Amino acid sequence: MKLRVSHGPHLFTRETTQTLMLNVLIALMPATLVGIYLFGTKAALVIAVSVVSSVLFELVWQLLMKKRVTVMDLSAAVTGLLLGLNLPCNVPLWMPVLGSAIAILLVKQLFGGLGHNFMNPALFARAVLLASWPLHMTTYHLPERLLFGSETALSGVDTVASATPLLSLGKLTNTDLLIGNIPGSIGEVCKVAIIIGFVYLMFTKTITWHVPVTFIGTVIIMSYLIGVDGIKAVLTGGVLFGAVFMATDYVTNPMYRLGQCIFGVMCGIIVVVIRKYGGYPEGVTYAIIFMNCLSPLIDRYSKKKIYGEVKKSV
Amino acid sequence: MSKNDNNLRGVFINGIFNENPIFRLVLGTCPTLAVTTSAMNGIGMGAAATFVLIGSNVVISLIRSFIPNKVRIPAFIVVICTFVTMVQMLMQAYLPALYDSLGIFIPLIVVNCLILARAEAFAAKNNVVRSAVDGVGMGLGFTLSLTLIGIIREIIGAGTLFGNQLMGSGYEPMLLLVLAPGGFIVYGLLLGIINAIGERRKKNSKEVTSA
Repeated sequence: MKLRVSHGPHLFTRETTQTLMLNVLIALMPATLVGIYLFGTKAALVIAVSVVSSVLFELVWQLLMKKRVTVMDLSAAVTGLLLGLNLPCNVPLWMPVLGSAIAILLVKQLFGGLGHNFMNPALFARAVLLASWPLHMTTYHLPERLLFGSETALSGVDTVASATPLLSLGKLTNTDLLIGNIPGSIGEVCKVAIIIGFVYLMFTKTITWHVPVTFIGTVIIMSYLIGVDGIKAVLTGGVLFGAVFMATDYVTNPMYRLGQCIFGVMCGIIVVVIRKYGGYPEGVTYAIIFMNCLSPLIDRYSKKKIYGEVKKSV
Repeated sequence: MSKNDNNLRGVFINGIFNENPIFRLVLGTCPTLAVTTSAMNGIGMGAAATFVLIGSNVVISLIRSFIPNKVRIPAFIVVICTFVTMVQMLMQAYLPALYDSLGIFIPLIVVNCLILARAEAFAAKNNVVRSAVDGVGMGLGFTLSLTLIGIIREIIGAGTLFGNQLMGSGYEPMLLLVLAPGGFIVYGLLLGIINAIGERRKKNSKEVTSA
C-alpha cells in the first residue's frame, strides 16, 4: 500500500470563484427574465450589451497588460449583468458600454482586479451614469406588458414615463409592487423574482442573511419611524435588489458577521435619510457605495479575537 | 537635488518636468481639484499662483538673511499674503468674470502648499535670480498642469474648449467630469499615467547605462 504524505491544509472544497459567480448568475436569472418579459426587447438589448461589453473590456485589458486572463471566473459577466439590471430599459446603448468600461477598467482593473476593488464596480458605474446623465437614468418607462395584472393597475400613474416612481407611491397596490407591474430599473421591479434569487443564494450558501436582512429591516423600521409605510418603502425603488445582490458583494463587504450587521444597518439608515431629506428620490446606490468605502474601517472595529491571542498588557 | 540645480536652465526645467508641482510633488491639490472645471479657470488660477510665487520667491530670497529662523513661517506667510491681496485686487478690477468664477480660491492661494514649500525649500536658501527662475518654472508647471486637467474636464464634461462649442450637437456632456468626483478621477488618472511614463523612462535609461 502506498501512503502519500502531504502538507496541510487538507480540507478541500469544490467552491471556486467560478462556482460562486455562477450561483449569483443563476440567482439573477428570475429577475432578468421577468425584466425582459416586462420591458421587452429594449431591456434584453441593454442587458446583452452590458454583459458582453463588460467581459470584452476585461478580456482586452488583461491581454493588453499581459495579465492572466480571468474572464472565465465569470466575475465580469456578473458585473455586466448587475449593471444592465440597474439601468432603465430605455437608455441609449452607449450608456451600458460606458458603464461597463467604468466598472471594469476604472473600478476593478486599475485597483488590481477581482478582490482589490474598494467599491462595487457595477454600482459605481451606475452612480457615474446617474450623476452624468440624470435625465436618461431617471426616465422610467412603464412595462410593455404586465404580469398577471389588469391594465387598470397602472391607470393612476403617468401614462408614458414618470421621472420618479417613488413619488407616485400611494397609487400602486402592494401586489403590483411585488409582481413588478411598475416603472423602474430593469432588474429591480419584480420583487418576487428577487426573493427567489435570495432564497437560492441562501440555499447554496453563497451569501449569508446578515447584510440583506439587517439592511431591509432597518429600512422598514426607519420608514415607520419617520411616518412612511415601511413595507411600501421596501417594495419600491431598489432596496430589495440592492440589499440582496449589490450589498452582499464579497469584496466590498465587511468580513465578520458583526461588521456585516453594522454595514446593513448603516446602509438602511442612509437610504431612508437620502429618500426623506436628500435631493435624490432614491439613495440605495449611494448608501451602498458609501458603506463600501467604510468596510475596511468596520472590519478593524469588528475583528474577532483569535483563540489563544493574548491581550496586550497596557 | 539633481545636478541640474547648478544652472538656471535646469532650475527652470525642473519646475515643469522633474518636480512638476501637481504631478510630481503633488502640492497645491486643493485649487487643482476645485477650479479646473474649465481650461480658462485652469489658466487663470495658474497665472494668479505664478504671480504670487514669483513675487514671494523674490522677496523672501531678498530678506532671507534677516528673518529669524524661529518665526520664518509667519514671515513667509505675511509676504505671500501681500502678493495674494495684490492679485485679488487686480483681478477684481480688470478680470471680474474670472474673479467671480475662481471665487474663494483666490484668497486661498495664501495657503497653497506649493508657494510655502518653494519659499521654505528654495527661496530661503538661494539667491534672488535663482529664486525668481524657480518661481517662473514652478508657476509654469503649475499652470500647464491645471490647464491640461481643465481642458480634459471641459471637453468631456461640457463639450466645449475655452468656451467654444467643440463637440457636435448630438454630444451629451458627461456632467460628472465638471463635478467634484470628476476632478479626482481625472487627476488620479493623469497622475498614474505620468508616473508610469516616468518609471518606464527611468527603467529604460538604467538599461542603457548598464548595457
